[in-house]
Amino acid sequence: MDILTILAFNLVDWSRAQFALTAIFHWLFVPLTLGLSFLIAIMESVYVKTGNPEWKRITKFWMTLFGINFAIGIATGLILEFEFGTNWSNYSWFVGDIFGAPLATEGIMAFFLEATFVAVMFFGWNKVGKGFHLTSTWLTAVGANLSALWILVANAWMQYPVGMQFNPDTARNEMMNFWEVLLSPVAINKFFHTVLSGYVTGAVFMTGVSAWFLLKKRETLLAQRSILTGSAFGLVSAILLAVSGDGSAYNVAQKQPMKLAAMEGLYQGKKGTGLVVFGFPAPDKKIHDGKDGLTARVEIPKILSLLGYRDKNAFVPGIEDIVDGGYKPEYYPVPFAEKEKAFSASEKIRRGKIAVSALKDFRNARKNGDRTKVIAADSILKTNFNWFGYGYLKSPEDIIPNVPVTFYSFHIMVGLGFFFILLFALLLFHYFKKNLGKKNHLLRLALWTIPLVYLASEAGWVVAEVGRQPWAIQNLLPDVAAVSMVDSTSVMITFILFAVIFAILLTAELMIMIRQIKAGPKEGGTTNV
Amino acid sequence: MFEQLSLFGLQQYWWMIISLLGSILVFLMFVQGGQTLIFVLGKTEMERKILVNILGRKWEFTFTTLVTFGGAFFASFPLFYSTSFGGAYWLWMIILFCFIFQAVSYEFRTKPGNLLGQRVYEIFLILNGILGTFLLGIAVATFFTGSLFSINKMNLSDLAAPVISRWESPAHGMEAVLNWKNILLGLAVFFLSRVLGLLYFLNTVGDDNILLRVKKQLWINALLFLLFFLSFIVTLFLSRGFALNPSSGVIFIEQYKYLHNLLAMPGVFILLALGVVAVLTGILFPFIEQSKISGKGIWFAGPGTILTVFSLFLLAGFNNTAFYPSTYDIQSSLTIRNSSSSRYTLTVMSYVSLLVPIVIVYIWYAWRSMNKVRTDAKEMEEEHLY
Repeated sequence: MDILTILAFNLVDWSRAQFALTAIFHWLFVPLTLGLSFLIAIMESVYVKTGNPEWKRITKFWMTLFGINFAIGIATGLILEFEFGTNWSNYSWFVGDIFGAPLATEGIMAFFLEATFVAVMFFGWNKVGKGFHLTSTWLTAVGANLSALWILVANAWMQYPVGMQFNPDTARNEMMNFWEVLLSPVAINKFFHTVLSGYVTGAVFMTGVSAWFLLKKRETLLAQRSILTGSAFGLVSAILLAVSGDGSAYNVAQKQPMKLAAMEGLYQGKKGTGLVVFGFPAPDKKIHDGKDGLTARVEIPKILSLLGYRDKNAFVPGIEDIVDGGYKPEYYPVPFAEKEKAFSASEKIRRGKIAVSALKDFRNARKNGDRTKVIAADSILKTNFNWFGYGYLKSPEDIIPNVPVTFYSFHIMVGLGFFFILLFALLLFHYFKKNLGKKNHLLRLALWTIPLVYLASEAGWVVAEVGRQPWAIQNLLPDVAAVSMVDSTSVMITFILFAVIFAILLTAELMIMIRQIKAGPKEGGTTNV
Repeated sequence: MFEQLSLFGLQQYWWMIISLLGSILVFLMFVQGGQTLIFVLGKTEMERKILVNILGRKWEFTFTTLVTFGGAFFASFPLFYSTSFGGAYWLWMIILFCFIFQAVSYEFRTKPGNLLGQRVYEIFLILNGILGTFLLGIAVATFFTGSLFSINKMNLSDLAAPVISRWESPAHGMEAVLNWKNILLGLAVFFLSRVLGLLYFLNTVGDDNILLRVKKQLWINALLFLLFFLSFIVTLFLSRGFALNPSSGVIFIEQYKYLHNLLAMPGVFILLALGVVAVLTGILFPFIEQSKISGKGIWFAGPGTILTVFSLFLLAGFNNTAFYPSTYDIQSSLTIRNSSSSRYTLTVMSYVSLLVPIVIVYIWYAWRSMNKVRTDAKEMEEEHLY
């Protein structure tokens, strides 16, 4: 068994598991920070404008909950940043030139803003003036959202690498155009879609907790005002979230057709493909077994073609089409060589191996000072670089992500997304009809939507990250070639340690949150022993 | 503006940025140092509460500087990031573990229903203070003493094992903890952080009982810091170093390399001397019997720490020196020339770095606004507390 096989079976799995665990855990805290920070800033603005102390009390109550959530979000962010190096060392070198830049910008531009002004926000009520305090609250929100911008630019680049060129002398990708990286359509859409999901999370959290107060007939003024602020902010955000969701799916169709096929459980493509609203992926489905990918389905005809390619009769390639190649990729950009006929995965693997081998020839020729061979190898490398990452794959099936996980995550996310719009609309409707206090079913629904918004948000990331497997960098670097060479036992041990620590911290966080909510706001808006 | 700089010029600029961030980080570790003293200085719950709250308002800065230090290293010298983090796995993981707990410990400590109880969170703070400073000191010491790793970019074309940077010690970083020179710097950083913590308390605490204990602690911690720091410095200047021949790219062993660097760069010599003098001045300040200035020691020792650590980083990376030497394969050693990002990336990032002075100004402004009044028991009646 060669080293790569050992890596593939053990180390890569543990490294992925550890990174996924940290990312999922991190993402339990970040969305609430993104949404709640703006909601708090809005509430404090109302307080400063009206001078009404009740608004100050409301602001402080939500601020306390924000604080409990904030620290743990930062702590897990640090782990993620370091894990790029500890677990994905090859990746760090291969793309550090591009990926590192947004990360460093995030630190300088956003983290300090957040860290500086969050301290003023929490502790400055009696130390600084009203105006400075309000500015600090807004700057905290802006800082949090700016942090999201830069890491999402980096993530978008991994899904759709642009603005760079491979340099065989240094054996890595080098940035050629920063603006192309920053303003890539995937990056822009991903930013809006992700921060909007955070705003919806903040709004669902605020309306859910407030609904609980109304059910308990406590703090009705605080709860009513919070429901108004939360559901208005939430409704606008949820509608924009759906719009940016359409943009996301469009980008996936254009840049990552395999992910789109997995999201829909689509094995055999066709013209005028329908959108699956509801369905079950067949658990025993194997590629080329002639069976349908879904055991049951409710489908709206032609809509996937329309959403993905803005043409209701467009051909959407299925998983088998992408593995087999041979179709004409009319609707999304492909390397010039594939313009007339998409390559099969085997052909891409063959070309990938040629590219990797050309890199070796290039470096050998460079070492030996053989200029003719350098030029020849460079030319072969350039011609085949689009498929470079495929060279590390073993079989054509390796390009297929986990279909059921991607499918379910996608459908849960979308379904819940529409449900949130409905919920906010209903809450607003009854708020203005002034009968919210009597609508116990709706209030209970709002409360129980809190876990659902987390489910939807995490599901979104699962679609994005599981759906792009096996790639660390789409088409250029698969996980097996991105990983650090640490023994898998070490990674297994750190995985277990992280899992235990995260479980303890999450339990503590939830217990504290619930206690604080149950205690309700005091004059100062917090409870301390 | 930055476009005019050569690649080497940009590499030097970025090594200076990294050095600056690293040195600010060491200064800000007064938070960690202070954490190790909670029980030494605070004999009652109220006293401990005052101390924790004073530190708790600054922990984000240390944390953020650590994150930015990591991010900037990733962006400017990615080969260091991939080699050190991916190789010295256990050393970095343990550092990470003790930082996860720090952030939450402040927030959770006194909250009802915090699962583990107040004492456990306080122990986490102490562990973070001890291990965080000591191990970061160890990690930085390997910039001078070297590590066991190899780098071969050719590996990328080896389909069976494409990993470029490989750690050649099965201990994956923990071997650094057994090197006595590394331990000297680790202990120096630990005691320095305590000294800085004590000086910060002298600047901010409004409780006389605590202040009396602070002065007692300052002597012993300052002496131990000086002992370990000077031992490390003397050892460093007497030891060999990893030098780079810039025209051939070959790395070779040079006796007294760091001493040579100091003599070859008089500017760094002056910065180092100024730094050490400022730290010593800061330590002596509290013993001047004038209450108005006795609390100002941190304003000397803090910048002094920044200057000292900044100069040490420059000694490690400038004047054709390998800043991350490999004792396994000397030619794998990392220099600022062979491990950096491309000229374009460094140029783009240099523009981003122009934001740093703005960041420093607003941090300064917010800090001054928040620290106008000394923190005492009366303030502990306020609503948002740790």
